[in-house]
Amino acid sequence: MASAASGDTVTFDLGDSAFEGYNIDVPSTSVTMGREEALGMYRAMQEVRRLEMAADSSYKHKLIRGFCHLCTGQEAVPVGVERALTAEDAVITAYRCHGFTYMRGASAMGILAELMGRGAGVSKGKGGSMHMYAPNFYGGNGIVGAQVPLGAGIAFAQKYNGANACTVALYGDGAANQGQVFESYNMAKLWDLPVLFVCENNKYGMGTAASRAAANTDYYTRGQYIPGIRVNGMDVLAVRQAIAYGREYAISGKGPLVLEMKTYRYGGHSMSDPGTTYRTREEIQHMRSTSDPIMGYKHRLLENGVATEDDLKQIDKQAKKFIDEELAKAKAAPEPKSAELWDDVYVKGSGVPYLRGRVPEETHYY
Amino acid sequence: MSLALKALFKQPLAARVATRTPRALVSAVRYNSTATGETITVREALNQAIEEEMERDETVWLLGEEVAQYNGAYKVSKGLLDKFGPKRVVDTPITEMGFAGLAVGAAFHGTKPICEFMTFNFAMQAIDQIINSGAKTHYMSGAFAKCPIVFRGPNGAAAGVAAQHSQDYASWYGQIPGLKVVSPYDAEDAKGLMKAAIRDPNPVVVLENELMYGVSFPSTSEIASKDFVAPLGKAKIAREGTDITIATYSRPVGFALEAAELLAKEGISAEVINLRSIRPLDLDAIIKSIKKTNHLMTVEQGFPQFGMGSEISAQIMESEAFDYLDAPVCRVTGADVPMPYAQNLEALALPDTEVIYKQAKRVLNIE
Repeated sequence: MASAASGDTVTFDLGDSAFEGYNIDVPSTSVTMGREEALGMYRAMQEVRRLEMAADSSYKHKLIRGFCHLCTGQEAVPVGVERALTAEDAVITAYRCHGFTYMRGASAMGILAELMGRGAGVSKGKGGSMHMYAPNFYGGNGIVGAQVPLGAGIAFAQKYNGANACTVALYGDGAANQGQVFESYNMAKLWDLPVLFVCENNKYGMGTAASRAAANTDYYTRGQYIPGIRVNGMDVLAVRQAIAYGREYAISGKGPLVLEMKTYRYGGHSMSDPGTTYRTREEIQHMRSTSDPIMGYKHRLLENGVATEDDLKQIDKQAKKFIDEELAKAKAAPEPKSAELWDDVYVKGSGVPYLRGRVPEETHYY
Repeated sequence: MSLALKALFKQPLAARVATRTPRALVSAVRYNSTATGETITVREALNQAIEEEMERDETVWLLGEEVAQYNGAYKVSKGLLDKFGPKRVVDTPITEMGFAGLAVGAAFHGTKPICEFMTFNFAMQAIDQIINSGAKTHYMSGAFAKCPIVFRGPNGAAAGVAAQHSQDYASWYGQIPGLKVVSPYDAEDAKGLMKAAIRDPNPVVVLENELMYGVSFPSTSEIASKDFVAPLGKAKIAREGTDITIATYSRPVGFALEAAELLAKEGISAEVINLRSIRPLDLDAIIKSIKKTNHLMTVEQGFPQFGMGSEISAQIMESEAFDYLDAPVCRVTGADVPMPYAQNLEALALPDTEVIYKQAKRVLNIE
């Protein structure tokens, strides 16, 4: 991976195994960017990692209830996706959404507060882990696969309104077998919608290995008549490069692409799943030590002279401190007021006269 | 019973509604409206409403099976493709879950889709998108995402289409906080409610009725006005009365009005409430009527359990109207069987004018 950092830019060589194409040429494996931007991606991944670790520990301390799906190990995907997009592009994913919510501009405090059900949460405490939103980020969706037609629809609106933008609609290897995903492929291709269908293949749909759920595990080929690219999803630069390439394709009016990010989660499916009954500890350890996205990128930055060991250690410390501070703020935030139970059932100003409570005497009049 | 009305009963169901509306069906109460002397069908009213709103607001667009080149399976969208072009009138593949989800996503991101289901039976395939993605998102997102979408199409029984094509979904959608649900009866309802639904920033389900599409009603100055919008959540008194309240929605409003005519000949004065809105329900209108009549009968064509009548009964019991009732609330509903095909069996599965008329007398304890 020889390259040089000269002045303010650096060029990376991603290597031949970064991409595989299906009916399309793969993107260039040579990536050039500013030094600041390169470092910024390291910081971002570290912050996402720390954010998820804070969520993990808060859940174990019973500050977070219900479902909590962490993306620890998959950080390269939310960071790489965001760094290839503009603010006008849109993103939508399923419930493993904290990293995307953060990268799309929500505050870490807002995300942690939402997890803890506080009024200062990004969804005012009304959504929880699976229903987080940010500018041009449509969640955070709890029903497996439902986000894919929604993503096609967002792209439809972008095209309808003449926006120079695309939508990235993510789904997992488990969701990839859903019928509505294929219905979305069909309409997107038929109408040349500027949508990138991105399969985050972390090898397991909850406890079911991909090969036990899919007759064809080459998810980047599942679009059949839609070209596809398989990407090393543990390499943040490869993710970024593939999304940038896809974005240009989609926005130029050529229609959708299917991208498969090969990635891995260290944790279980959610906080209720130890993640070790359907895979070995050795496998998890192996992935951590050989394919960790943050470590891998760190080596890249060091080798290419973008930063020193100390620079990066500094960033690590700052990220930890930053998230610790955000966590403290979130812990101190109060629960929503009781009256907020009744807010936002309908759009303000266009609601209904009253809604029933648990008993007639608790009927709420607007 | 007059000879004319007797003759009406002898005609088969489908033929009856295909004819011009007898005077009985015309709303007896009008406020500030003038009949322009012309007539308009429910289909034309819906078509006009959609056309006017698409003209008024460029972000409004229509999608569904056969809505564009075929001019609509029931011709509700006739002429719209010619007028607005394929960008705004979109033929979809037969993939309800996919296109309903696509429509919801497009509503999130700055457009106002009108999503047609050829019938609401097919919308069951899309119901997760309607409810979990459409209705609940504004709340779950802390008001971040809005979903200004209209889901519309024929609902309930038609004629001879049997079990899988005849279900009434009013109570299913009516249950969901975050949705608004309306069901028009006549042309004025159709036009006013559809325009209001399209302008509403919330997801609105409009439950039409296939057998009403071809029925004509007198056109009024309201209907002719491009700004006529019927308020969602308000019922309409279709016929004033003093002895019994009959609350209903959609096609059965017509049967209730016919039954009221029959009752009137026997000196019984029935008040017919055209609910228009399933959610929010205009309970006040029903309560006000009960205070006058002391008797309530609900009429719907849907299955009896957990239906509109069940809900109104419960709400009335919990309200001050309970003290005004001289008899328990009575529900007239469809039979608790999947809709049969044979015409005689189908007729036994659905309440009609005669059933309503007889039941009203039972409620009043009159032989």
